[in-house]
Amino acid sequence: MIEISNICKSFDGKTVINNISSKFEPGKTNLIIGASGSGKSVLIKNIVGLFRPDSGDISYNGRDFINADNDTKTEIRREIGMLFQGGALFDSMNVEQNVRFPLDVLTKMPEDEKMDRVNFCLKRVKLENTNKRMPSEISGGMQKRVGIARAIVNNSKYLFCDEPNSGLDPQTSIQIDRLLQEITDESQITTIIVTHDMNSVMEIGEYVMFICNSYKLWEGNNQDIIHSGVQELDDFVFANNMMRRFRELS
Amino acid sequence: MRRIGQYILFLGALFRNPESFRTYVKLIFDECIYIGWNSVILVTIISVFIGAVTTVQTAYNIVSPFIPKSVIGLIVRETTISELAPTITAIVFAGKVGSSIAGNLGTMRITEQIDALEVMGINSVSYLVLPKIVATIIVYPMLVVLAAFLGISGGYIASQLTDVVPPPEYIIGLTTQFNPFIVTFALIKSLVFAFTVSSISAFMGYYTKGGALEVGQASTKAVTVSCIAILLGDFLLAQLFLN
Repeated sequence: MIEISNICKSFDGKTVINNISSKFEPGKTNLIIGASGSGKSVLIKNIVGLFRPDSGDISYNGRDFINADNDTKTEIRREIGMLFQGGALFDSMNVEQNVRFPLDVLTKMPEDEKMDRVNFCLKRVKLENTNKRMPSEISGGMQKRVGIARAIVNNSKYLFCDEPNSGLDPQTSIQIDRLLQEITDESQITTIIVTHDMNSVMEIGEYVMFICNSYKLWEGNNQDIIHSGVQELDDFVFANNMMRRFRELS
Repeated sequence: MRRIGQYILFLGALFRNPESFRTYVKLIFDECIYIGWNSVILVTIISVFIGAVTTVQTAYNIVSPFIPKSVIGLIVRETTISELAPTITAIVFAGKVGSSIAGNLGTMRITEQIDALEVMGINSVSYLVLPKIVATIIVYPMLVVLAAFLGISGGYIASQLTDVVPPPEYIIGLTTQFNPFIVTFALIKSLVFAFTVSSISAFMGYYTKGGALEVGQASTKAVTVSCIAILLGDFLLAQLFLN
């Protein structure tokens, strides 16, 4: 479980995250949603340690992360897998090298075990027979799936995804969403997904946190979201005609 | 001042939380090939021509009949080994390798590849930058030795192709009053310049913010700052070792 409490973060005097607290449970797909610029990516970067919060606490299974010494931080980070918005694949490496990178650098696993694990993860994300292709030779959706394979190859306990569906068509987006939910369920890992895609919210939002103008305004699940009673959330969720009609029908 | 402080912290981060020795050996080897091999042709062309031009221009400036022609060989040797080979090559090196290092790290920064390393618990400065600096320190002195040899050879070729100095006199000049310390001095300079170019370029690239435009700006800034640092370092080293 990941717990955050009273997280605040400012840049050049502008508050981007304001006193946000929450608990993200394992085995659930936890979604952080909000409009562009609401602070959700900054929040996830605080949680994984890419930014240091101005105040507040973050703990991974009870282990303090912010004030931990370097060794503990490294230990926690090595349990984290992250899928970045653009995939963040190493462009000088092929698919296989990208996926096995964490095993090469962080473990002393024998070569054949590494290859078995890499092939298992690539199969898990339905990318068999792409081992030798370079990131520039595969589609955006495939790059995201390679990113997922790299994030889980080291048996990560915590999986973070920053807008996994950005730039993808609706069908591929749903495939990615379902894949993330299956992986979370199978391995009982703690998954946190930042998104502004309402399809993802309705599809896999077992826990949803809504951020608006740096504040957490609402939390619940995808069943409750349409009856939240929070105006800002309603404006966000029912921004398009299809969702408005859906609300009228329901 | 803030940038200088940031640069010092950046250098400190090179040695924090390092990966296994085996990992670095492979990375350093790859970087040596990339940095060294890709620079050989350019260094060869520039050194040969600089040596030839130095020979012709020195001959042009020696008008007194009381000065023997062999002095040209001596001057070419001294200027090539102590100044042209380490310094001019460093400036060319900053343009080619420095901009490449800054561009490479800048692109990795804006495409979140550096963030990906950090999230995995890998010290990205140590993993990405240390091998580049070590490889440059290994390879650059070799390039300087090559440049010095080719520069002197370029002078000899000029003496063969023109009548500014007879080749036997050029050879006599090369072997006259040789002080081995200039070779040591050139190698010390090459080590300092290698560190300067690689660390400044890596620093500029590593802290790139924005997009493709900023990556280009970081590369340009890396070359500019490296060149200024090389010239400043050249003056300070000359003061330190030759006075």
